[in-house]
Amino acid sequence: MAAIELRNVTKKFATADGGTYTALADLSLTVEDGQFCAVVGPTGCGKSTTLTLISGLEQPSRGDAFVHDKPVRGIDTGTGFVFQQDAVFPWKSVLDNVAAGPIYRGHSRTEALKLARDWLRRVGLSGFEDRWIHQLSGGMRKRVALPQSLINQPSILLMDEPFSALDVQTRSIMSTELLHLWDQTKPAVVFVTHDLEEAIALADKVVVLTAGPGTVKAEFEIDLPRPRVVQEIRFDPRFTRLYEQIWEALRTEVAEAYARTTRLQEVAS
Amino acid sequence: MIDTPTRTDGTSHGISTPTGPPAPGAGRSPRAQARRRRTLLSGSRFTIIVVLLGVWQLCVNAKVVDPFFWGEPKGVWADLYEWFTVGTSQGSLADQIVVTLEEAVLGFVIGSILGVVCGIALGRVRLLSELFAPFLKAANSIPRIILGSIFTVAFGFGIQSNVMLAVVLVFFGVFFNAFQGAREVDRNLIANARLLGASRWQVTRDVVLPSAFTWILASLHISFGFALIGALVGEILGANQGLGLLIRSSQNNFDMNGVLAGMVLVAVIALAAEALITLLERRLLRWRPPQTHGGAAVQ
Repeated sequence: MAAIELRNVTKKFATADGGTYTALADLSLTVEDGQFCAVVGPTGCGKSTTLTLISGLEQPSRGDAFVHDKPVRGIDTGTGFVFQQDAVFPWKSVLDNVAAGPIYRGHSRTEALKLARDWLRRVGLSGFEDRWIHQLSGGMRKRVALPQSLINQPSILLMDEPFSALDVQTRSIMSTELLHLWDQTKPAVVFVTHDLEEAIALADKVVVLTAGPGTVKAEFEIDLPRPRVVQEIRFDPRFTRLYEQIWEALRTEVAEAYARTTRLQEVAS
Repeated sequence: MIDTPTRTDGTSHGISTPTGPPAPGAGRSPRAQARRRRTLLSGSRFTIIVVLLGVWQLCVNAKVVDPFFWGEPKGVWADLYEWFTVGTSQGSLADQIVVTLEEAVLGFVIGSILGVVCGIALGRVRLLSELFAPFLKAANSIPRIILGSIFTVAFGFGIQSNVMLAVVLVFFGVFFNAFQGAREVDRNLIANARLLGASRWQVTRDVVLPSAFTWILASLHISFGFALIGALVGEILGANQGLGLLIRSSQNNFDMNGVLAGMVLVAVIALAAEALITLLERRLLRWRPPQTHGGAAVQ
């Protein structure tokens, strides 16, 4: 049974000048239970839109989104979402942020705090329970955002360029930690990124989208052995081979998207 | 519990002192320097007041300024002294202050709560805002202080009418800020809370309200001033006690020193209230990074 299925979805948005903007056109995508799927594509190709459709934050204009063979009708609480920008609550302490999910789902406060402490220990944030979010670095904030979603034990985890704001070293360390956490509960993951290296290092399957309106250009199975250490995997010759293959597919799309933005700038100037 | 030290980021986590790095052994400590600066500032402020009052008094003595119209510092002081020691024409000064304070505080609390509740409700429920926003805008544009005349006639000379006037003045400022605050909440935060399983009410209580509090607290600073104005104007329009009445009867006796003495008392109350609200703000917004704390720059 597929954990996630997008069947010929098209998503249009109304633009400010009264027109419509097509973000996704006739896109189909399947992610199996426990599979880690990375979605790459040039800027503005609708990568993030696929996530909002799966999560139920938005409805497709045409086509259907399914989670565990059931059509998505609204926000499903079996889905976890890690946002690109900080979406942790700055007015809650680290501990209360992680405990928020269980509390919203009706667990008692004591029980939720106990769970949260356990998750903070797993991401190495013991001793930081009482900190405010502004006292943490970007990497530490992500280490609050991850357990905040994972504590609900989602069967689906959606991640929207979660590490794009981090510096390169922190990013690869966080990626390794993510794989470690993912291994504990094995949700089906859709990980959106523009960084191909990150995509290959993390995923079982890499999906390349076309320049907007986005649709699937090609899919690649990543058969690198697990467990992986993201900091070192790029030295593996198989990694390089895969990178070349996928980049071949991605390159034309990136060039196309870039050409479009520069053309737009010329029109504007 | 095993305390795992942070290993990945290599970031410092002792960011609690934003006032610059302490430099031990580097000449005078920054704290002593800051204290010196503060003493110097308060000294200068005090000098400014003394000079201003002195010039005023000298002008009166030199007959440049007529104290009948403009009052004089000596007379204001004499009036204040008499009110404190002997009492006012309406009874003890403490009673007058308590009455005005009671009206202002009641008006402030009721008006703020109504403003926050209505502002958040309209900010969250689209239908409500579409329905009521034009009425509220219209009501905000009329000079509400005039309502004081109606309240005085309707509710008499007790504190009720003055409280009502303070409520009306406070409500709109708080309301519009709460409304704006509720609509400016980061969409990501709301989406995150909903995905984590929060109900609509939980989103309102846990995300919208704390986020809007930055806006609401900004309006509370001004609102206590409005509450005081409401209470005073209400008393001037008709009351049997209070600082407003004291100012009014001084005016009727052509005693400008009395009017000014009343003003001084009101200013002291307003400043004390402002300090309390700043304390409240610090407590409620302690999650924010210190450098953006409202009011810190004024200290």
